[in-house]
Parts: sequence; structure tokens; C-alpha cells
Amino acid sequence: MGQLKSILDTFFFSMFPYITIFTFLLVTIQRYRSKAYTYSSLSSQFLENRQHFWAMVPFHYGIISVLTAHFVWFLVPETVLWWNSVPARLYVMEIAMFIFGLMTLIGLVNIIIRRQTNSMARFVTTKADWLVLGFLMIQIVTGLYTAYFHRWGSSWFAASLAPYLWSVFKLSPDLTYITAMPFMVKAHIVSAYSIILLFPFTRLVHILVLPNPYLWRKPQLVRWNWNRKTIRTTEKNS
Amino acid sequence: MDIRSQISMVFHLDKCIGCHTCSIACKNIWTDRKGTEYMWWNNVETKPGTGFPTRWEDQEKYKGGWELVNGELKLKSTSKVKTVTNIFHNPNMPTMDDYYEPWSYKYKDLFDAPAGDDQPTAKPISMVTGEYMDIEAGPNWDDDLSGSPIYAENDINLDVLSEEQRDQLFAIERLMMFYFPRICNHCVNPSCVASCPSGALYKRGEDGIVLLDQERCRAWRSCISACPYKKTYYNWNTGKSEKCILCFPRVETGQAPACFHSCVGRIRYLGVLLYDADKIEETAKHSDHELVDTQREMILDPFDEDVIRDAKKNGIADSTIKAAQESPVYKFVKDWGIALPPHVEYRTLPMLFYVPPMLPVMSSQEGDSVRSINEEYFPDFEKARTPIKYLAKMFGGGNESHLRYVLKKQSAIRAYRRAVTVGDIDMLNAEKALMEADCHPKEADKIYKLTSLCTFDDRFVIPAAHREEAIEMMKDPLEHKQEAGFGFREAPERGK
Ligand code: HEM
Ligand code: SF4
Ligand code: SF4
Repeated sequence: MGQLKSILDTFFFSMFPYITIFTFLLVTIQRYRSKAYTYSSLSSQFLENRQHFWAMVPFHYGIISVLTAHFVWFLVPETVLWWNSVPARLYVMEIAMFIFGLMTLIGLVNIIIRRQTNSMARFVTTKADWLVLGFLMIQIVTGLYTAYFHRWGSSWFAASLAPYLWSVFKLSPDLTYITAMPFMVKAHIVSAYSIILLFPFTRLVHILVLPNPYLWRKPQLVRWNWNRKTIRTTEKNS
Repeated sequence: MDIRSQISMVFHLDKCIGCHTCSIACKNIWTDRKGTEYMWWNNVETKPGTGFPTRWEDQEKYKGGWELVNGELKLKSTSKVKTVTNIFHNPNMPTMDDYYEPWSYKYKDLFDAPAGDDQPTAKPISMVTGEYMDIEAGPNWDDDLSGSPIYAENDINLDVLSEEQRDQLFAIERLMMFYFPRICNHCVNPSCVASCPSGALYKRGEDGIVLLDQERCRAWRSCISACPYKKTYYNWNTGKSEKCILCFPRVETGQAPACFHSCVGRIRYLGVLLYDADKIEETAKHSDHELVDTQREMILDPFDEDVIRDAKKNGIADSTIKAAQESPVYKFVKDWGIALPPHVEYRTLPMLFYVPPMLPVMSSQEGDSVRSINEEYFPDFEKARTPIKYLAKMFGGGNESHLRYVLKKQSAIRAYRRAVTVGDIDMLNAEKALMEADCHPKEADKIYKLTSLCTFDDRFVIPAAHREEAIEMMKDPLEHKQEAGFGFREAPERGK
């Protein structure tokens, strides 16, 4: 039993991450190069507009906040620990994150209801979509469970998970902290890796094509079929 | 001056017979694929009517086009900040209900139905879900004023009229209507382009055609709201927006776009205009009433020496300048001033112009007898069945003087032509009327000829596209020639 557990741990926490990240990089790049056309958010707002708001808005605001927080915890764990050293600040962060988590959950439930109940939205839902929604559901439920029952996540994440993630990042996975983790936390991590694995094969690629240049580009765009700097000579085009 | 060339269009509304041939030509070539069934890049509306999508002109609802805020041009539907906040859910987006749910019929039932007492029927099925459906609306449900109480009477342009005028308009003996064919206007200040977060929409430098790059579109849907004419459409199947491409593969090979080519009434004209791109913003910032004039000023005289010199400096080919000099559009818009932009108050500076329709003039009534011919051939437009105000809302940015000018000129030309061909009008009077309408016999003859006796080559003056130069920039043209013609290298399949 103990041996099986350690085999599973080794597989999921020191091999699986590389499989997923490698696949992620390879396939997203290849997909972008050979099938750029398939990069789309595949919006279904055109087909159903009312439930859409209560699904997309809470889900996206929620998940983007929670994800950002995870990145911060991963990148600057010491700062997070310093922040949490004052209990009031810890509570503010934990409660805020929990609320964002709940928002995500509400949004996700609404997404699933919408895709089940509206005949047009259901029609444009693929198997891959259901898979993504299923894993996101696992991800959020295990996350919220962990936040509620294993307090205070932001502190012990910085102390024990961040070092593990860094060790994976540095190509020498150190499972010291992981093996002792409760089941739900492990499920949360494995599900996260699974989502990274699904990422390049599903609509999740829309996250990579964020249209940020819009924020600084000029409103009008013109594409020229000649080089505007080299001026034509009259003989050439009479 | 930053001179650019623009392929522009004129639609002569008096000639449109509302046959929808144009729409069908377009549909057969471009929008018969899954996800595009509901799109009509070219559609023909009956006015008064609510159009397609329903009440598209209601910018309080759809928030299309630009508005002036403290002297600055702002998109009505979005901004840099709103793009971030509204990207997940676009609050002004029209949905399929605003267009219609496309359908077919289950024809198989006609063959497979078991023998019975009744004729078998083919029930309608949705082209989206394939399920049985009830047909509630179609793209031209309001054709020829059908269903007036729900369609024609809700035309938003009628809002400028008084209650009394509105009521009169729908009295049976005063009923009037005209057709309003629409395609993308290939605007000079396109709000669709300005709104796209991904920069997928762009204007082609060489001819001003506005295109939507299918590989760059990510279904953020901003253009669907931002185009005030509702001429970008969302393909729910591929997750990409699509729009009228002015049949650029045809135009590049010297052929007229399919809707132009097939037009039964021969109402469509296509040609080059040269304009000053430095003036775009300034032009669009004028008040509603001035916009028709300022847009006209932005369009340059292709015979002017300075314009020709600067155009060449900017890389515009001699062949294009020559096409601009022969352009029928230039004649209608600038020389004669009888073609007007639709809803210029949206400030996208549309490059499709309309010759507004002559209005059925009120019959004169004496006692109970109605005389259908007015003895006067220069009718009083204030008494016309269609209020000028209504037309001015559509084609003059609310400025009635433009419509008076156009209608007066057109009717003077008719009287003059009647004097020439029938002779029951005194020529002196006819010429006097022409003068009063800012016209003269020579011009009248030209307008008459280009309106009524125009050949294919008169209507479509298409400049050489000089694709070879574009290709030269990237690779050996001979090599390209061997590779060309294989279509998309990547199948336009839906992402997952
Ligand atoms: C970072 C910026 C993001 C942007 C701009 C964005 C934008 C969008 C848009 C426009 C849609 C289509 C909504 C519609 O149907 O109209 C969408 C759907 C979706 N997004 Fe995002 N998204 C972002 C991040 C994320 C993240 C971080 C996740 C999760 C990890 C995510 C997961 C999803 C899912 C699962 C759907 C499909 C929802 C459904 O089934 O209807 N997105 N997103
Ligand atoms: S009419 Fe055409 S060019 Fe103008 S805003 Fe609409 S889609 Fe863009
Ligand atoms: S084909 Fe020509 S005449 Fe017929 S509806 Fe279209 S624009 Fe009008």
C-alpha cells in the first residue's frame, strides 16, 4: 500500500508535470503555427444572451483573480508570508480569495446549466468543452474545500507548495512536502496539471491570445500591399 | 496631403425593383456555409421598415458607430477600458433573435410518409440545431410593407415626423415605399476596425476594402456592436466574425462584385475616389448637418495637378488615377452632387452613396375625382407623400437641403428630357427649371445617360489591382504563379 502510494506520488508529482508542460508547449506552438484559425474564444453569446452574463462574468472575474493570486504566491512567497504575519491582513486576503473562488464556482455552475438547458448553446458544446468544464469543476471544488478545511492556504502554500513548484521548475522535483499533503490538496494539484494537459487541445487556448495591443494601438488599421516608404516610379506602373 | 484611393459605390434607388437578385448572388457565392446561413452581406430592405437585423438603425439599442464627446470622436459601444470589462459579455450585442433563426424543411418526409388521407408535409427544421421549429421571422419579413403595424410603423427614421404625418403615411391612399439595398459601406473611418481588440479588421491600403482577417479574429465580438450598419456578422459555428469582402477576388481580376454584376435594375455603380486621409478625423468631427458637405470636401478632384502629383508620391498607380478620373461614383457624388451617404451621422464616413428616390407626388384632388398626373412637372416636394424630413434622416444627417437639391435636380432633368423626347413641355421652361436646380442641358444629358442608358463599362470602372507588385514584395512572382489557386491551405474548421 505504502509502496503504491509512493509510486503514485512519484508519477503524479515528479513525472506528470513534465509530461503536461512539455505537451502544452509543443502543441500550443504547433497549433498556432499550423492551425491559427482554430484559436478563438468560440463565443456562444450570439445564440443565448441572458444566462450568458451570469455565467461568463462571475466565472472569468473569479478565475482570473484566483489564478493571479496563485502566481503571486508562487513568485514571491516571502512577501506573502510577510503580508500574512499580521492576522488582519491574512483574513482579508483569505476571505477575498474565497469570495473569488465562490464567484468562479457560481459562474461555472451557470455555464453548465446554460449549456444543458439552452438548446442552441447545447448544440455548439463539444465533448472537449465538457471535459474542460468537468476538470474546472474538480479544480474549483477541491480548491474551495482546501481553503475552507485546511487553513490558511496562502501561508502554507508559500511555505511548502511554492518550494515544491520551484523544485519542479528547476528540474529536480523535491517531494518532501508533497507526500504528507491531504488528499484534497493532492487532487487539486493533479487536476491543475491535467488542465494544463488539456489546454492545447481545447478552447482554453483563448487565454493565450489576449488582445492587449488594443490598449495602445491607434484605432484605425490599414494594411498596405506595397512598401509605403519606397515610392513607385511612373515608368513602373503605367 | 495623404492621398489614398478607395473603391466606392453608388446605388441609384429609383432604379431598384426590389428583386433581391443581388442578395441571392452573394449568398450563393459566400454565405451558404454552416454558421453563415443567417448572414446577408447584401440585403434589400423595404422602407419604411425595421430592416435587418430588426431596427438596426436604433443606436440607443445597438450602440453602433461614433459619437462626439466634448469634441472628441468616441466609439459608442466600446473604449479601451470597456474592452477589458466587456470582453466576457458584450452588453450591446445583437443575438440571433434580432436577425432570425435560419431554417430548412424536412423534405425527406415528403417521400417517406406512410400512405394516409392527407398530403404529407415537410416541417420546418432549424439550420442551427436541426430540431423542429416554428418560423417566427425571416430576413425580409417586412418586404413590400408586409406586416406594416409591426415593421414599417416601427421604422426609427419616422421618429422625426409628427404624429399626424406618421398617421397619414400609412393611410392607404398615401402609402409609399422604396427599396434600400445594403452592403458594407467600406467606410473611411470604420468603427468596426477601431473596435477590434485583436486588430483582425483592417482597411486595405491600395483600394480601401475593409476586410476581417479570419486567422486573427478571436470571437471577441466587438465589431458586431460597433458597426452601426450591422454589416459584420458572427459565425456561431467557426467562432469567427465575417463580413462583406466586396468580392475582392473578382475586383482584383477586373470583374464587378457579384451583387453589382447581377443587379437586374442596374442600379449599381462602382469606381475609384481619391481622398485625403489626413482629413478623416477632422471631417468626422463636424455636426450632423455639415457631415454630407465635409465628407464631400474630403474627396479630391482627380484632375487637379496637385492631387495627381501627391497621389503619385503616395504610391498610387497611374492606372488608378486614370480610373478615378473616369469614375462614375465621382460624377454622382462630386460633379453632380446627387448621391448621398446613408446615415452619415454615424460618422464612419461610408463610401457607398445613394441617389435618393423621387417621391410619389400627391395626386391632386378635385371633389371626389383624383387626378393622378400633376400638370406641373416641377412638383412641390413639400407636398410629396414621403416627407422630406424622413429621407433627410436617412441620407442627409437630418439636413433637408441636400435632399431638396437632389430631388429638384432629378425632377428638372425629367422635365427636360420630356421636353426633348415628347415635346409637350416648353423647352425654355424646362431649361429654366434646370438652371434653378443648379444644372444645365449638357449636365442633364450626362446624368440621363449614366442613369438610363449606361453600359456595363460605364457603371463599373475598376482599376488594375497591381497584385504583382504586392507579390513581388514577398517572393518571385513566377514562383507564386505556379503555387496560386489552391485556396486555403488550412481548412476553416471550428476550434475546440
Ligand atoms: C485572461 C483573459 C480571458 C479572456 C479575455 C477570456 C475570454 C473569454 C471569452 C470571450 C469567452 C467566450 C464567452 C462566450 O461564450 O461568449 C470565454 C469562454 C471561456 N473561458 Fe475565458 N477568458 C479569459 C481567461 C480564462 C481563464 C483563465 C479560464 C480558465 C482557466 C477561462 C476559461 C473559459 C472557459 C471554460 C470558457 C467557456 C465557457 C463556456 O463553456 O461557455 N478563460 N473566455
Ligand atoms: S459598414 Fe463596413 S466598414 Fe463601415 S463600420 Fe460597418 S463593417 Fe465596418
Ligand atoms: S438586384 Fe438590383 S434591382 Fe434587384 S434588389 Fe438588388 S439592387 Fe435592387
